Amino acid sequence: MTVFIQGAIRQAMPLLFGATGEILTEKSGNLNLGIPGIMYVGAISGVIGATIYEHTVGAEAIVPALAVSITLLASFIGSLLMGLIYSFLVISLRANQNVTGLALTTFGIGIGNFFGGSLTKIIGSQTANISLGNISKYFKMTPPIADKLGWFGDWFLSYGFLTYVGIIVAIIAGYVLKRTRVGLHLRAVGENPATADATGVNVTKYKYVATCTGSVIAGLGGLYYVFEYTGNWSNNGFGDRGWLAIALVIFALWKPVIAIIGSILFGALYMLGITTTGISRELKEVYELLPYLATIFILIITSIRNKKENHPPASLGLSYFREER
Amino acid sequence: MSNIATKKHEPLFHIVKRNAIPWWKAWIVRAISILLAVVVCSFVTILLTKQNPVLVWGAMFKGAFGTERIVWRLFRDISLLLCVSLAVTPAFKMRFWNCGAEGQVLMGCLATFATVRFLGGTVSEPLLLVISLAAALIAGAVWGLIPAVFYAFFKTNETLFTLMMNYVAKGLITLSIIYFQWENTFGSQIVSPLRIGRLPKVYNDHLVIILTVALITLFMYIYLNYTKQGYEISVVGESENTANYIGINVKNVVIRTMLISGAICGLAGFLLVSGKDGTVSPDTADGRGFTAIMVSWLAKFNPIYMIITSFLLVFFQFGSKEITRSFRLNDDFSEILTGIVIFFIIGSEFFINYQIKMRKLTKEGK
Repeated sequence: MTVFIQGAIRQAMPLLFGATGEILTEKSGNLNLGIPGIMYVGAISGVIGATIYEHTVGAEAIVPALAVSITLLASFIGSLLMGLIYSFLVISLRANQNVTGLALTTFGIGIGNFFGGSLTKIIGSQTANISLGNISKYFKMTPPIADKLGWFGDWFLSYGFLTYVGIIVAIIAGYVLKRTRVGLHLRAVGENPATADATGVNVTKYKYVATCTGSVIAGLGGLYYVFEYTGNWSNNGFGDRGWLAIALVIFALWKPVIAIIGSILFGALYMLGITTTGISRELKEVYELLPYLATIFILIITSIRNKKENHPPASLGLSYFREER
Repeated sequence: MSNIATKKHEPLFHIVKRNAIPWWKAWIVRAISILLAVVVCSFVTILLTKQNPVLVWGAMFKGAFGTERIVWRLFRDISLLLCVSLAVTPAFKMRFWNCGAEGQVLMGCLATFATVRFLGGTVSEPLLLVISLAAALIAGAVWGLIPAVFYAFFKTNETLFTLMMNYVAKGLITLSIIYFQWENTFGSQIVSPLRIGRLPKVYNDHLVIILTVALITLFMYIYLNYTKQGYEISVVGESENTANYIGINVKNVVIRTMLISGAICGLAGFLLVSGKDGTVSPDTADGRGFTAIMVSWLAKFNPIYMIITSFLLVFFQFGSKEITRSFRLNDDFSEILTGIVIFFIIGSEFFINYQIKMRKLTKEGK
């Protein structure tokens, strides 16, 4: 049971980061289908940062705090650049969001796998994996009191700091969107940019900031997967989790706090396939399908019930041109 | 007080939508953007591989046109990509964002493969081909129909719906492979190629595919530009309200168009299994469903331009595969280059559709 819960939560976190980032982005009216690519870039940038640092100072001289900061910073920069590419094309140049997003995903996965493959060559490793054990152990460090609290510690405190960051970020995002003036403006931009513009909200600024912040948060999801979940980089190892994160956004009805529960549910479904012994391979595949089916189901139900608060942002997918009113 | 009143904040430039741009100007803009993309790609290549860019571009051409066999394969892959792009185009013209081409193609693959596996040996070879083709068309159409129906009646977000359907299709393929025990060895998830139910060889393996897609291109060009249904699609795409006022049944148009879109995707799936791979896996479509969206959009939904854009993208794939081979790079280098080229072409559309007007310095502004 403990293994199952821990696994579910570890599986959940990359999705939660991705979904929180995408919710912020979508609330500004941008449907960023580049999230899967951004998560790859967030991960590989962290890997590059960590590897360069480790090679510069040597494995013995690693300063934990510095190593973690460099990794995080590298990931930030990588994801931010991806977010800026998307924002510039979509917001400033008013390009089609679907096309830009898909191109960004191609690009991002290409970058991830290219540098992933080349780094192993530079280090001279024989396998296709980059081992990050020396630095990832600091990401895996659990709160010191976890061992003394029995099942409570195992269930809730046996994770690295990024897990808690993920949950806190989701809660903060939920709070900002729902309860603050900034969140109100952001939602207005996503629902009806012309009206928001008329009331004096700087639409371009909000879209840029929301999309780039969303990218950075989503990139952390990739970083989490590599540094806390697996501890090494392998090409395509991240798989389709980026798309699952986009599914989670719909599943959570564009509410970050629901995304926390949703992500753990998705993680649990994934774990059901892995840990349950004695189930057939067919059933395992069905479990992997369930998140997508559940998402489709929710998409249909919300559109049939037609309640305003459960809808996607009204201007989602449309670019805003001020002179075209 | 008066001081503040006279101080006007004027932006340095503002953006105006162009009414129309002569087609040759538009193509100059696009050519410049591709040229810029090539320059940036060269820099990236030098930076990452430390190779002479001229050699690299030479390798690129070699990868796409090196031998006769490669050229045939190049044109086969262009045709396959073009087929999927043609499939998504009517839906896009209607502003129905069908991001589910990947899934619709895969369902076509699955249907083709399953039909041959179950009927093979019981019916004659030509009949088998016809039945598997029909099965592929139906499977693709159904996969396109499901989101279309919900969009027509409930306005269910089609982008997200079709995206999810891709992964359901992928899952269904893995599930079928396991359930029907198609694997060549237990647990490998690899399916041996079919020996029967394959497209007949005409001259070589690729010509049938190329000719089929050429026909579809012609059909789609006429369908979109010279038929009533094609006209209805553009009206719905421009404005659903207008379509309603002039008596077009939008629901019908959406459902009908997605049936066609899905069916052509199914055809692409049939060509992939019956004409190219002979086998089926969740990766048989190889991302074509997504690339097709870019091909179609970059060509402004014009089937003839799509020949050019799909050529461009496949050329880059082939070329950069050769770069990775001859300079011993990682295979994914091609995706980086493709991404850069697409970014530039996407960006260039802005300069075709909009005009930047610099602020005129007036006397009162001084």
